[in-house]
Amino acid sequence: MSEFVKEQEAIEQETVMRRTFIRLGIGAMATGYAAAIGYPIYAYLSTPAKRAAEAGSITEVRLEGAAKLPAGSAMVFKFGHKPALLIHHRDGRWVAMDAVCTHLGCTVQYETDNNRVFCACHGGVYDAVTGENISGPPPKPLSVYRVEVKDANVVVAKS
Amino acid sequence: MQTSLWRSRKVLVWLDERLALTELLEYARHKTVPEHKHSFWYYWGGISMFFFLIQVFTGVLLMVYYRPGAESYESVREITYDIRFGWLIRSAHSWSANLMVLAVFIHMFSVFFMKAYRKPREFGWWSGLALLALTMTFGFSGYLLPMDELAYFATKVGLELPASLPLVGKFINDVVRGGPEVGSVTIQRFFALHVVVLPLIFIPVLAFHLWLVQKHGNALPPSEEQKPIAERRSIPFFPDFFSKDLAMWLVALNVLAILASLYPWQLGPQADPLAPAPAGIHPEWYFMSQFQLLKLFGRWFPGVTGEVLGLVFFTLILLLWAIVPLYDTGTAAGRRAKVATWFGITVLALLIVTTIWGYWEVL
Repeated sequence: MSEFVKEQEAIEQETVMRRTFIRLGIGAMATGYAAAIGYPIYAYLSTPAKRAAEAGSITEVRLEGAAKLPAGSAMVFKFGHKPALLIHHRDGRWVAMDAVCTHLGCTVQYETDNNRVFCACHGGVYDAVTGENISGPPPKPLSVYRVEVKDANVVVAKS
Repeated sequence: MQTSLWRSRKVLVWLDERLALTELLEYARHKTVPEHKHSFWYYWGGISMFFFLIQVFTGVLLMVYYRPGAESYESVREITYDIRFGWLIRSAHSWSANLMVLAVFIHMFSVFFMKAYRKPREFGWWSGLALLALTMTFGFSGYLLPMDELAYFATKVGLELPASLPLVGKFINDVVRGGPEVGSVTIQRFFALHVVVLPLIFIPVLAFHLWLVQKHGNALPPSEEQKPIAERRSIPFFPDFFSKDLAMWLVALNVLAILASLYPWQLGPQADPLAPAPAGIHPEWYFMSQFQLLKLFGRWFPGVTGEVLGLVFFTLILLLWAIVPLYDTGTAAGRRAKVATWFGITVLALLIVTTIWGYWEVL
């Protein structure tokens, strides 16, 4: 191979390297801009979701005056950002559970007459004491909380 | 690797057969833009449009949390202090609004002095003036939306003067302000104007403006027009001018990023109709000149006479400005061309002097 050809090849290689370098540089810069613009926008839009997640991470809720709830009835309260059910059974037992149906997320209700937890959306039925899914489409039981009655108040906590 | 390349080429061919992409690219390559020592001014229309796009983008983001009406101040307070990066989005929207007005003004004056309004570009000039008016209405209506002290008084004062005129006054009172006072009713309708009505008008006018630019191409300034065709230089629109345009946009983006992050837009105390106006209250800089002119006329001719004379004077200048393509039609060095140039210089000087004068008096 002549000197000339070698020299030409070297020049060509250098040009290719320079081109690759410029391409990489522009790519890195574009990525930097995309991140610098994209991250604040994502953080901005996701603020409520982050707040909700923070609210949902609580482990205990104190229901003022809830001890007055008559036996054989129930009330819905907010546990974090989700609705939950506090049931005062006829036999005096206190039970608290998630009020979000495990099927498609409707809010369930306590039926005093049938003493069961029922979801009106698709007819899911849960046990009013254990939260177990008895019939209908729900795939999983409702999670049950620990309940403690303190004077006039009721404290519900994740068990 | 080979097959994926082949596949992506196939997708391109599929798209090209249906969308005629090659034709478009070929067209963009053949289109040329004049290149001369005043070429710098060609970029300002594009820069204005860039800031408009930023406005649309950040405006939609602000709408995610903004609540017009009685809660507007509280919602802007949340955006500014509670929502992550809300201050940045709001700051970018406010700064970009100001930069857009500035860019539009620079664009207009450069078009004026390059005499780019001459045949066949008259409608480009008129649609551009319409876009300027719309931009300023955007600015005026958007300024009220946070409903802090400054927003409240700026809108109150801005509407007070036209509201004192016969006929126009009734329209301002009944339709624009929605009553005798600026309140949550006003915010609600300014919001509708700002985010629905104005964009609905602005976008088609902008499309018309851009179509005309595309149709007639960039105008040559008189100094270039005098040169023989052989001496004129030009560059292809794609990729040469296009990449320079993009570079300008990048500079604009960087300027905006620096201003918005280092000088975040402030939120004043909540507007209180019973509180006295804060000292040194004044309109935004792009209304300062008109504000000062009207103030001066009021001083020279006390009473309603001053206001009416001021408005007549102002309308006259605006009219002469708008019809410049009709009287400056001659050759580059003609008498009318010189008159138009001097008129432009006078208007620019008047604008700058009254703006500085206005700030001098209030600060």
